[in-house]
Amino acid sequence: MSQVATAEAGHHHHDDGTQVKRIWKTFWILLIITIIELGIGLAIYTIHKGDSPNHLLVLMFKGVVCILTLAKAFYIVGVFMHLGDEIRNMIMTIVVPLLLFVWFIIAFLWDGDAWRNLRNTDAGSRIYIEETNKKTSIPSTDNGYREDGTNTPAQKKD
Amino acid sequence: MTTATAQPTTKLWSGGKSPFNVSYGKLMMWYFLMSDAFTFGAFLISYGTIRFSVNAWADPNYVFNAFPFAGHANLPLAFVSLMTFILILSSVTMVLAVHEGHKMNRKGVEKWLIWTILGGFAFLACQAWEWTHLIMGDKEVLVNGVIEKWGTTVTHNPWGPDVMFNGKEVATPGPIAFGGYFFGITGFHGFHVFSGVVINIIMLIQTRMKIFENRGHYEMIEKAGLYWHFVDLVWVFVFLCFYLV
Repeated sequence: MSQVATAEAGHHHHDDGTQVKRIWKTFWILLIITIIELGIGLAIYTIHKGDSPNHLLVLMFKGVVCILTLAKAFYIVGVFMHLGDEIRNMIMTIVVPLLLFVWFIIAFLWDGDAWRNLRNTDAGSRIYIEETNKKTSIPSTDNGYREDGTNTPAQKKD
Repeated sequence: MTTATAQPTTKLWSGGKSPFNVSYGKLMMWYFLMSDAFTFGAFLISYGTIRFSVNAWADPNYVFNAFPFAGHANLPLAFVSLMTFILILSSVTMVLAVHEGHKMNRKGVEKWLIWTILGGFAFLACQAWEWTHLIMGDKEVLVNGVIEKWGTTVTHNPWGPDVMFNGKEVATPGPIAFGGYFFGITGFHGFHVFSGVVINIIMLIQTRMKIFENRGHYEMIEKAGLYWHFVDLVWVFVFLCFYLV
């Protein structure tokens, strides 16, 4: 045990001041990225509130937020968890299995989207007309709420 | 034992020492965290699948717009920003505790561990408030032609699309899965924060008892630190999936 610990101590070759500086620098980077993310979140909120939301712009903003999140994850794992200071083979045994997430995310989100299409078109038997005017009034007593969770807002029935 | 560091890396696999140059405990903590990442990943991706499978989902800017003692002020994302800030800061104090451990400075380790524990409690308190606020909420929602007041729970989601009803804009029930995913995933993360706080308290007691000082190294603080940073890491993704997009 102590042998490994000594080797570890020698491994962290940064001297005291540099190491502490690096920690605080990472803190500021994380904070600034988070503030940018919040700014984008509020921008999305403002775009949604507008009369004709630009969906492409919203999608682009969401993509940027995802990339910024990955940057934050990189700094937390690399600096705070010191994975960047470990030897390459060890890093690879952690990082390579995580690549499964690439398939995982693409496949399952695609699946969710396919389900939405099937529901909207009754499994392809009709064309889906997207709601453009969300705020229609409903005189009907049925607003489409179902206890089992398969809600269909009432205006879609017309 | 300076021979360990002097060895070139090509000899790492010739036996007699860890080929990854880490202790067994630390390596296994990494593999545990990797498996935990898959658990959280599975939860979040399942949430994404369901969210992609419906036409309308709850807009986080409206669901999470409250702040303690601010009444009904509309402050989208403000409170969750505070929670994120608390968790990032407690990650910094944790890494500073680990750093003091490398220097064998017991007082320093104690100081930063206490700050980390306080940060953990602050985060948990924020989450308790947020959950209470959502569950006890009284949002007007149109159910079968009648306006009811709903909170957000695992069985009720008052964040569906708005419709006009008697000349007034009112929400309809949204997909029922929202509450289950939100409380399930943030609850699982909150439980990790809670266990992290417990682990850090145990670390603090053991540091006070000079256990690590007598052992000659503070590697246990490093392992607890890995767990704590992982909790922060997961929050970064929970923050993204539930509050930002």
